[in-house]
Amino acid sequence: MAEPVLEIRDLHKRFGALKATDGVSLDLRPGEIHALIGPNGAGKSTLIHQICGTLRQDSGAIRLAGQEIGALSVAERARLGLGRTFQISSLIGAFSALRNVMLAVQAGAGSSFRFFRPVMRDRGLRDQAMARLERVGLAARAHVPASDLSHGEKRQLEIAIALALDAKAFLLDEPMAGMGPEGSKVLTGFLDSLRHEAPILLVEHDMDAVFALADRISVLVYGRVIATGTVEEIRRDPTVRTAYLGDHV
Amino acid sequence: MNRETRVNLLLLVLLLAVPFVADALGQTFTVTLVTRIAILALAAVGLNIALGLGGLVSFGHAAFFGIGGYAAGILASHAMSGEPMLFGFEGSAQMPVIWIVAMLAAGLVSLAIGVISLRTSGVYFIMITLAFAQMVYYFAISWPAYGGEDGLSITLRNGFPGLNTMRPTEFFLVCFGVLAVALVLSALLSASRFGAALQAARQNEVRLASIGIAPMPIRLTAFVLSAMITAVAGALYADLNRFVSPSMLSWHMSGELIVLVILGGTGRLMGPVAGAALFVLLEFWLGGITERWQFFLGLILLVTVLFARGGVIGLFAGKERHG
Repeated sequence: MAEPVLEIRDLHKRFGALKATDGVSLDLRPGEIHALIGPNGAGKSTLIHQICGTLRQDSGAIRLAGQEIGALSVAERARLGLGRTFQISSLIGAFSALRNVMLAVQAGAGSSFRFFRPVMRDRGLRDQAMARLERVGLAARAHVPASDLSHGEKRQLEIAIALALDAKAFLLDEPMAGMGPEGSKVLTGFLDSLRHEAPILLVEHDMDAVFALADRISVLVYGRVIATGTVEEIRRDPTVRTAYLGDHV
Repeated sequence: MNRETRVNLLLLVLLLAVPFVADALGQTFTVTLVTRIAILALAAVGLNIALGLGGLVSFGHAAFFGIGGYAAGILASHAMSGEPMLFGFEGSAQMPVIWIVAMLAAGLVSLAIGVISLRTSGVYFIMITLAFAQMVYYFAISWPAYGGEDGLSITLRNGFPGLNTMRPTEFFLVCFGVLAVALVLSALLSASRFGAALQAARQNEVRLASIGIAPMPIRLTAFVLSAMITAVAGALYADLNRFVSPSMLSWHMSGELIVLVILGGTGRLMGPVAGAALFVLLEFWLGGITERWQFFLGLILLVTVLFARGGVIGLFAGKERHG
């Protein structure tokens, strides 16, 4: 079996008496989409926060491409290749879609401590950013301020930004949230092709998308992973059925 | 050329032309008034980098303004008396030397203040920058070697190679030149990679970090650059008045600089110039009519904040455009 790209070992996080993350172990292998599902309050967000560094775990290890990242800052983890999107779109509102992506290309290309050359005349940055926008189908809206984009377009822009980071692993937090059925279908098709670029840890409530995309699924309930397996295994798993899926299957 | 560029050029041309016309008409006072505008504008150009681009509401920029002023005063007094100061350096009455010292001193102090203050944000940042500035203020008051509470006179205005700075128009040219350089730097900075990251840090810090750019070093650099520019303005201000006192370091001054930036248009390239012009003219005209002119200044500020967020520049040049 190939070395996992992202590896989480025995992660714990408590808030007072509440065990938000209770011994979670997960891995993300090359080329796969690993979906993380669970009812509201299962601790999915807390887990995501610990992976990308906005929350610090109490104990346990997080490794990206074999390197321990559990003590690094958000920015350092991103530079090592953790590309995330946000559950609620988090963009630079006054910047155009293009500038949002250019900023990410700039971050990946190294120094932001360049004071004189105008960014907008930086051909390299522009072309790379434009290529990312084309991939997510947003090129025609490149010069629209991010705050004026539609909800669906903002989700697309989030993904273009993650793409621009040339990430080793994607961490997509509910990319389908608030998308119409048509939009979800297009995005599902897109994510399907994305897994070959880098594996995806996908947190998603849209079960149709999860079942269509996931190579493996982990089910999180009360801060614990109660099952990990292929789509079929999870569908059949009786504990998962009672705990979560209910009549959805 | 877009509308904002045209408004900006018009402002600069006016600023440059008025003193010479006034001088030809024998209105020396007007020359001084416009010089004051240019210097305050320069100080606000500095603050605008932190406040406008970076969203860092520093309520302590008087500290850097005053440090610049004291650099001019102290170096000039040593040059005058011939008494050596640190390392046998005998001071200087040359503006370029003074500016470098002012920038170095303010750079170091702002680095120390920034490293601590930038750990906080919002109201706490405002308060902690104020607290540091007050520390510098009380230090100046209680330091008798350079005048303490009474301040320090500059007997002869410091010189600039090739110019007679005692002539009002020539001193104005020096100030205008420095302002122009600072504006060019500020324009380049805001369009650069650094500027992009700085503006992103203002709008969405979490996003910036999640693409791999740590906000702290970006902000700290902006804060230090901002302080250094404001310090040069302080040195010129001391030369204009030929006097430096702790009042340059007081929190009133910090507030005044914030008011200039907001009046002119926060984050706009020429906002500080428009703001300084409006402020000085109001002070002059309203101050001539009533002693309570600041009441009316307050009203204008209120209207700006409520109805004209883009300030004077926004009023004439429309909304800000990002590429």
